[in-house]
Amino acid sequence: MQHADVIIVGAGIVGSALAFGLARTGRRVLVLDGEDLDFRAARANFGLVWVQGKGPGMPAYQHLTRDSSDLWPAFHAELTETAGTAVDYDRKGGLYYCVGEDAFEARRLALHRLHNQPAAAAADCEMLERPQLEGLMPGVPFGPKVTGASYCRRDGHVNPLQLLQALHRATERLGGQVLAGHAVTRIQRGAQGFQVTTAKGTFGGDRVAITAGVASGDLARQVGLDVPVRPQRGQILVTERLAPLLPLPGSGLRQTAEGTIMIGATQEEVGFDTGTTVERAGFLARKALQVVPHLADARLVRQWSGLRVMTPDSYPVYVQSDSHPGAFVLLCHSGVTLAAAHADTLAAAIDAGSLPEDLTPFHHRRFRKDVRQAI
Amino acid sequence: MFVRPFKSDARAVSVVIDGETVAASDGEMLAAVLLRTPPFYARRTPVSDSPRAPYCLMGVCFDCLATVDGIASVQTCLTPVRDGMRVERQAGLRELTK
Repeated sequence: MQHADVIIVGAGIVGSALAFGLARTGRRVLVLDGEDLDFRAARANFGLVWVQGKGPGMPAYQHLTRDSSDLWPAFHAELTETAGTAVDYDRKGGLYYCVGEDAFEARRLALHRLHNQPAAAAADCEMLERPQLEGLMPGVPFGPKVTGASYCRRDGHVNPLQLLQALHRATERLGGQVLAGHAVTRIQRGAQGFQVTTAKGTFGGDRVAITAGVASGDLARQVGLDVPVRPQRGQILVTERLAPLLPLPGSGLRQTAEGTIMIGATQEEVGFDTGTTVERAGFLARKALQVVPHLADARLVRQWSGLRVMTPDSYPVYVQSDSHPGAFVLLCHSGVTLAAAHADTLAAAIDAGSLPEDLTPFHHRRFRKDVRQAI
Repeated sequence: MFVRPFKSDARAVSVVIDGETVAASDGEMLAAVLLRTPPFYARRTPVSDSPRAPYCLMGVCFDCLATVDGIASVQTCLTPVRDGMRVERQAGLRELTK
């Protein structure tokens, strides 16, 4: 039976970043991935590396997000060098557009509260009135109701498909293995570590990391963890390629390196349904047109949806099993932003066999009623 | 390049392609007119700036895009010709604000 230091269950962005991080420290990693038509947030997401506004009620997430953003440039350099492929990535800051005076004030207050919560990180966002916004985005014909934006210098964006492919390639170049068509059905304790069963064979690993997104619940129960996770649908629109128009990404509106403009994303509780709807397309289009009315002339070429990996408070779950030490469950909806931290600190923690103190707030015990009351 | 192999019964019309008046038949697809009109292409691509002619003729390849009556990136293989239609071959990335 083939044996690895770490078996990673799921080759989405979370599992692949972890695999790359472990492989570059010399660990033998085996990534077992499912089928093409499985639910794959990693192949449907918007591609922001985003900090601003994240973490109300959870300073640990605010810090983790910020740290990952700061790690991203070095992570990107090492990844592309190792993979030998380009990954379009930009970190010139990002914008959250405000339409109307009330929205501007609401955004200012929300960011103020976020940066004043206990143990908050120092403020890294600023509110831009419309003239400042226009100075930052020269030539962009903003709609008449745009009052300004919040700006965070740590924000950026990346081509998420190039990212995923580069992570796979880099992992393999470092000696790791990524096996498609190997959906894991069973995880058991073995003679040494764990036995992981797929329809195409059984594999051994000293440690197991479950990074299977919305399919993680059943696998987690097999190692004694009851982790609440649900799908949340996000629909996205994309236009034809256009001449450079938007120098900076916005929270729901970004122009890719190729020139397409992505418009996103909805938040829908519809279960395991990756359909698209005309009604939500209209909602997204209207929202974008409020910011840049000229987009009415752009051709939409595609609409799609993906399922976010959601927890009850939307924040990640990082946990090691008490009953099955060496088995970890790692879940989040922000795998792109957190990829640099996952390849760095999270990979080091899995390698060391224990999660460090700054990741303990991400244990899913926080969802238990008695614990919530104690906090 | 392409020629029309039969005489159409449809009413003769004319369209203007990049300033040049071209004969066509009412209701035929604009892509067909572009295919038989020198220099036989619809657009230059935004990626490599190479000229592209209508290819799939059924609405999926997006190589037949042209500006039609002021509207850019129209799929000419899905667009019937009308008398007096004004067509411009597209070059590279569209400027949304011009």
